[in-house]
Amino acid sequence: MLSLFAVEIPYWGQSLLRVLGGLVAVLLPAGTIVYVFLFKMMSFMQSRLGPMEAGPYGSMQLFAEVGKWLQKEDIQPDNADKRIFRMAPVVVLMSTFLLVAVVPFGPDAWFTDFETGVFYALAVSSISVLGILMAGWSSANKYSLLGGLRAAGQLIAYELPMVLAVIGVVIQAETMNLQQIVVAQNAGSIFGSDIVGNPYVLTQFVGFVVFMIAVQAELTQAPFDMPIAESELVSGYMTEYSGFRFLIFFIGEFATAGVFAMIASTLFLGGWGVPFSWFGWTTMDSVDNWMNVAGPLIVFTKMMVLVFLIMWIRFSYPRFREDQLQRFAWKVLIPISLANIMATAVLKVAF
Amino acid sequence: MTILNDPVSAKLGDRAQLSYIASQAADARLNVELETEGMTLNIGPQHPATHGTLRIIARLDGEQVLWAEPSCGYMHRGYEKLTEVRSFPQVTSLINRIDWLGSFANEVPFILAAEKLMGVEAPPRAQWIRTILFELSRIANVSLFLGDLGVQLGAITPVFMAFRDREYVLNLIESATGGRFHPNFDRIGGLKDDLPAGWIDETKVVMKKLRNFCDEIESLLFGNEIFQSRTRGIGVIPRDIAMQYGLSGANLRASGVDWDLRRDQDSPMAWNKVDFKVWTHPDGDSFARCWVRLQETREATKIVDQLLDGIPAGPVMAKVPKIIKVPEGEAWVSTENPLGEMGYYVVSRGDSGPFRVKIRSASFNNISITPWLLRGVYVPDIITILASLYFILGDIDR
Repeated sequence: MLSLFAVEIPYWGQSLLRVLGGLVAVLLPAGTIVYVFLFKMMSFMQSRLGPMEAGPYGSMQLFAEVGKWLQKEDIQPDNADKRIFRMAPVVVLMSTFLLVAVVPFGPDAWFTDFETGVFYALAVSSISVLGILMAGWSSANKYSLLGGLRAAGQLIAYELPMVLAVIGVVIQAETMNLQQIVVAQNAGSIFGSDIVGNPYVLTQFVGFVVFMIAVQAELTQAPFDMPIAESELVSGYMTEYSGFRFLIFFIGEFATAGVFAMIASTLFLGGWGVPFSWFGWTTMDSVDNWMNVAGPLIVFTKMMVLVFLIMWIRFSYPRFREDQLQRFAWKVLIPISLANIMATAVLKVAF
Repeated sequence: MTILNDPVSAKLGDRAQLSYIASQAADARLNVELETEGMTLNIGPQHPATHGTLRIIARLDGEQVLWAEPSCGYMHRGYEKLTEVRSFPQVTSLINRIDWLGSFANEVPFILAAEKLMGVEAPPRAQWIRTILFELSRIANVSLFLGDLGVQLGAITPVFMAFRDREYVLNLIESATGGRFHPNFDRIGGLKDDLPAGWIDETKVVMKKLRNFCDEIESLLFGNEIFQSRTRGIGVIPRDIAMQYGLSGANLRASGVDWDLRRDQDSPMAWNKVDFKVWTHPDGDSFARCWVRLQETREATKIVDQLLDGIPAGPVMAKVPKIIKVPEGEAWVSTENPLGEMGYYVVSRGDSGPFRVKIRSASFNNISITPWLLRGVYVPDIITILASLYFILGDIDR
């Protein structure tokens, strides 16, 4: 991508550009759009108008919120482990940040073209557990502690079905490179018909469902919001946070929802691509250049669909209890995804 | 012989009690060896789940509650004492604020007690309107419970539906009485005013809306597997324990006790003129308590509909002296309020105000079972159980 500028940029410069690009081009829009969309959608579901004052139809609500939170006092409890307390939100946000790096947005529009992109994405997504544990432990608050421990147990339990659900996709695409997974979906065909390509949501439907449930749990959204559980633990691990540190948690939650939806759309919905047969493309090299512009828009559209799904479930379901939640992960999701892997492998060899 | 003095183990045999003690001791030894320390968690007085200022002191081992105890009194306003320096008509403005979600229902038993002492009876139309308003405040109260239940269990949408539809009921109460939350409408010998024009038709429309709301809540919450797994079998109160602790209202009926003062006692109200079902549930768990309340809301809308059809004509005020002096005597009147049995024991010395008033409010007795009920449950279940017991803090602390 950077060779477009026809200048040699040192490696550290490239990395910096990528980080800034990830922040400005992906995370901020994703956070903003998800946030506004979420608030309006939630309001209509709950028969009210939602934000109306800030900007046209409340579209600038996020900026108003940011302004509000930045003005607030940054409170740190006396008994808190101050350094860890300050670090925790950054660690949580960092995991989101690192996730964006591997999402492809077009044939040439990506930040890094990792050979083991899937592996990397699943690995960095679990960094947020550390941040949440740090926040819960360092706050010197019993509610935070309970929330942090619940979060740790939950996120580790749901990491596993998530990984196992993705393995089906990897078997089918024969690669761990996210870019090539996108190509494999759009250039592929189901039973000889290539009208819609081969989006894995059709052939890997079980994997998709398991993955989305695990994403819901990783995001600690209802019905898996036991770590936050505002009616029991006040606000779980972020009880003691205020001001811009709370803001980081708060926006990070929406941005992470967006980024996970992007990963899911890349893995299961065909990512940035349209079915290649529509335009007569066959391989990655024959894809027209305009896809670099259309690609990000397509990814964002698919992201919105999945975010809608996540939020829809969030607003209609009560939450699980901690033990029920663990039981669901270990006794239901993991066996299902293991069976899915086996079926996929058998069918892969058979066809 | 009773070795352990608590209701659970008292029912066990001697051998079972000894093995219970042995298992407790083994647990204690294990805890000493592993040096796991318990944690005391104060849920409240400022906490989102206690809607008010109730404090639950819970001793936790991990997520499990070893024992828990409610500590109330953070909002005690001394209404029983304050009534002694008020005249009888003034007392209603105080007792309105006991169960603030169903205010009108608080006034009725007190006024009935005063009427009983004076030997006055309200004219039939006043009795019917009282009953209608009583049931409306029950609907306003319990519909908010149904929405709040969702919030306590993590579903945030039902509460908005509850607030939306409760608004219609509050508007009705406001247009009839002039007050949304604190009507202060009941008078000794009748009511302040007659119903406004068009009120009856409007109420019928609203009752239909409320029945729709009950259907919505039933499909959104009660049919949900997660909701059922969170409430079924959680906080089971057996029939005899419920009676021992003096529970009343839906909490008692959910334990299978068929007891409803509206049907079972003869009071100068219009309940015995209508046909309604008293719902009970055999399980006694949190789900049963919520379900009974849902059915009661439906039943209340039907009661209102029936009363509206047969409302008699006539005055709404009996002949009472301008300056009310209640003759010497004592009276106890209780009614089936939204939260359970609410009663007033009024002692009069022949003055314009009561000499003593004892208020029996339902929530105070209902939460007295929490130490028994919360032992051994998980932290999330504390919230489920408290939500399903349904207390209002003003009703606990008075």
